[in-house]
Amino acid sequence: MQFKPRNLELWLMVAAALLIIVVLPCLNAFAPETSWLHVGNFTINLYGKYLCYAILAISVDILWGYTGLLSLGQALFFSLGGYMMGMNLMRMIGELGQYHKPIPDFLVFLGWTRLPAFWKPFASLPFALIMAALVPGLLSAVFGFFAFRSRIRGVYFSILTQALTYAACLLFFRNSLLMGGNNGFTDFKFILGHDLRSPVTQRALFICSGVALLLVYGVCRWLTNTKFGKIQRAIRDSENRVMFSGYSTANFKLLVFVLAALIASLAGILYVPQVGIINPGEMSTEKSLEAVVWVAVGGRATLVGPILGAFTVNALKSWATRAYPDLWLILLGTMFIFVTVFLPGGMVGLPGQLLVLKRRYFSRTPKAPPAANPTPSPFVK
Amino acid sequence: MKLIFNKILGTAAMLGLLAVHAPAETVKVGILHSLSGTMAISETSLRDVLLFAFDEINKSGGVKLGGKSYTIEPVIVDGASNWPLFAEKAKQLLEQDKVATVFGCWTSVSRKSVLPVFEKDNGMLFYPVQYEGEELSKNIFYTAEAVNQQATPAVDYLLKLGKKKFYLIGTDYVYPQTTNLILYKYLLLHGIPIENIGGGFRKDDAGNVISAGKYTPFGHSDYQQIVADIKQFAASGDACVLNTVNGDSNVPLFKEIAAAGLSAADCPVVSFSLAEDELRALPTKDLVGELGCWTYFMSLPTPVNKTFLANWNGWLKTQNHSGVVKEKRAVDSPIVLSYDGVYLWKAAAEKAGSFDVDKVREVLESGAVAFNGPGGKITMQKNHHATKDVFMGETKANGQFKILETYPQVYGEPFMLKDLTAKLAQKK
Repeated sequence: MQFKPRNLELWLMVAAALLIIVVLPCLNAFAPETSWLHVGNFTINLYGKYLCYAILAISVDILWGYTGLLSLGQALFFSLGGYMMGMNLMRMIGELGQYHKPIPDFLVFLGWTRLPAFWKPFASLPFALIMAALVPGLLSAVFGFFAFRSRIRGVYFSILTQALTYAACLLFFRNSLLMGGNNGFTDFKFILGHDLRSPVTQRALFICSGVALLLVYGVCRWLTNTKFGKIQRAIRDSENRVMFSGYSTANFKLLVFVLAALIASLAGILYVPQVGIINPGEMSTEKSLEAVVWVAVGGRATLVGPILGAFTVNALKSWATRAYPDLWLILLGTMFIFVTVFLPGGMVGLPGQLLVLKRRYFSRTPKAPPAANPTPSPFVK
Repeated sequence: MKLIFNKILGTAAMLGLLAVHAPAETVKVGILHSLSGTMAISETSLRDVLLFAFDEINKSGGVKLGGKSYTIEPVIVDGASNWPLFAEKAKQLLEQDKVATVFGCWTSVSRKSVLPVFEKDNGMLFYPVQYEGEELSKNIFYTAEAVNQQATPAVDYLLKLGKKKFYLIGTDYVYPQTTNLILYKYLLLHGIPIENIGGGFRKDDAGNVISAGKYTPFGHSDYQQIVADIKQFAASGDACVLNTVNGDSNVPLFKEIAAAGLSAADCPVVSFSLAEDELRALPTKDLVGELGCWTYFMSLPTPVNKTFLANWNGWLKTQNHSGVVKEKRAVDSPIVLSYDGVYLWKAAAEKAGSFDVDKVREVLESGAVAFNGPGGKITMQKNHHATKDVFMGETKANGQFKILETYPQVYGEPFMLKDLTAKLAQKK
């Protein structure tokens, strides 16, 4: 029988989707708390956060793994989506803040008595969602347009995106921007009139995140299988040849960049109500790098890889910061080094690697092993 | 598949813990500090002092509740200077470990991040670091200095010295912004004309001042222009600087001040974010004679403080815990206020005869719980802040403070802005 990884992947995704969207929420809602089957609110909330990270990881992967653009700015688009959502949630607090004023607490802090004009429309969730698509979309389009038109590639592109993120981070730290400064937005109470703290709302958000992840996965899977996806990969492997063949690579890259920004923003939108805080710390360089690490651990240029990576690394982090609060950084660091050195294809590439090893050492009729590298490095020209 | 694996992993870890610690007569208490990341340099000291306090209590028979004595079992988690992670860890402590109380947080943003969690799960948090006030959660007890236990006593002291001009400078975040706004109003109320308050103002449409002072971003390093401005401001000889700059930026700031020839005698700088621990990382020779105001100084000559320091240093030497620095440790206000918090909680729980959050809170709010700590007597008030002694100190070359003035038993007042605004309106 022939081993078909793509079919296996599909079945695994279906199973995971069922588990996330149906089984876990049901176990949370209906299993009695004493039962070992019961899934606690804490777990639902935690996994909801991981789902958002998985969406972010996919956005990094379609840029890095499929197009060869290592963007260190995905945390920026993630945060922008989060901030737009946060603005709506801040407006929803109403007069229940510390000061019992109709404007957000931090504005009272800064001496404001009325709401600044640009805050007003955010009382409507649809408006906030539109802005969460528009702001990162436009920013990525403008930035991408200039970057790709100037043929900025490779490490220079990474540095530029990182600089953009850092600049935005410093901007959001400023109190005069009226976006909460260092503290950002927190102490949310309601979403669409539902109490954010109730397990029902958290469960709904969890399911939304699960569905969003599936949709993103589906769209990206479809896209990477089309001709567009082929060109994407061709750009990664040899951009010059694609250009000589008559394709405008800048436009392709721009489209992927904007799409990735939108996906990252979607992750941010779902992340903020589940975590309950958004502040400029989310735009730090480490955050973008972390997402890259998830993708590397899971496996680049696959779509399951980033999801697996985001879950594994974050679950390990959640567990280790409680079990080994002093040693967890060393633990995670060792894992990253191990993956980079021994698993070039990440976790997803592991079965393939094992198969190659098996063929090399246990096969009776030795023959040349097939190409062992399932994920060519995006920087190899 | 991954989900199940994680669950098994988590359960295994929980079971492992249960197996190691016998369940008999222990009470779980959470420690929620950053042990990694940018805040680790400050917050690991608080983890250490908390463990010290727990050990001290356990050795003297634990927390005594209705004839039984409970050993404190610390649950340490790492917030990793990551604010969403703080919220996650708070949830874990309250919902999974079901701790009786939590000691933790340093930055205001970490406290703001966990506040909704503590309110939702009805937990209890003791917060030990000076902060801007303007907050009162029924689930948080602030052993920290409120603005009227640090900034305004410092101004009183400077007014007494005959200073007439005040320059406000800070890092751009909530603590300096709020403190400076309070100080601005406080100074006006004490007859300082607006032109003698330096650093600039921002006004709203109606012309009311909504921000006072000069602000620089986190990590700012170029203070040449600002110090030149201060020098001009201080030319009359009766000026001083109220400094709320945080972290590393203090190094270039004080270097620049020294280079400009502004001496502490002519224009003293009083810093609200620099305690003994921070001074270790600063060029103290540039800071000799500059002022500080806290509710504890390591140099306090009281017997309680001397015993505390001796026990603490003795305990440190016996520690094999990874990451515990054993020698040359500076003790400062957040460390002592963390320590005080543990004893306040213990006293309240013993008085309430229960670890139940509502019952312990009721006792703490009664105002009858006090502890004679290294910094003097500390009493928890109904408004969740604490009455304690305030000290004005002068920096010495060895990084310690010489105590200049004591303000005994100052009542902690978190909401100063409203009060001051009302008084100012009355005065007009």
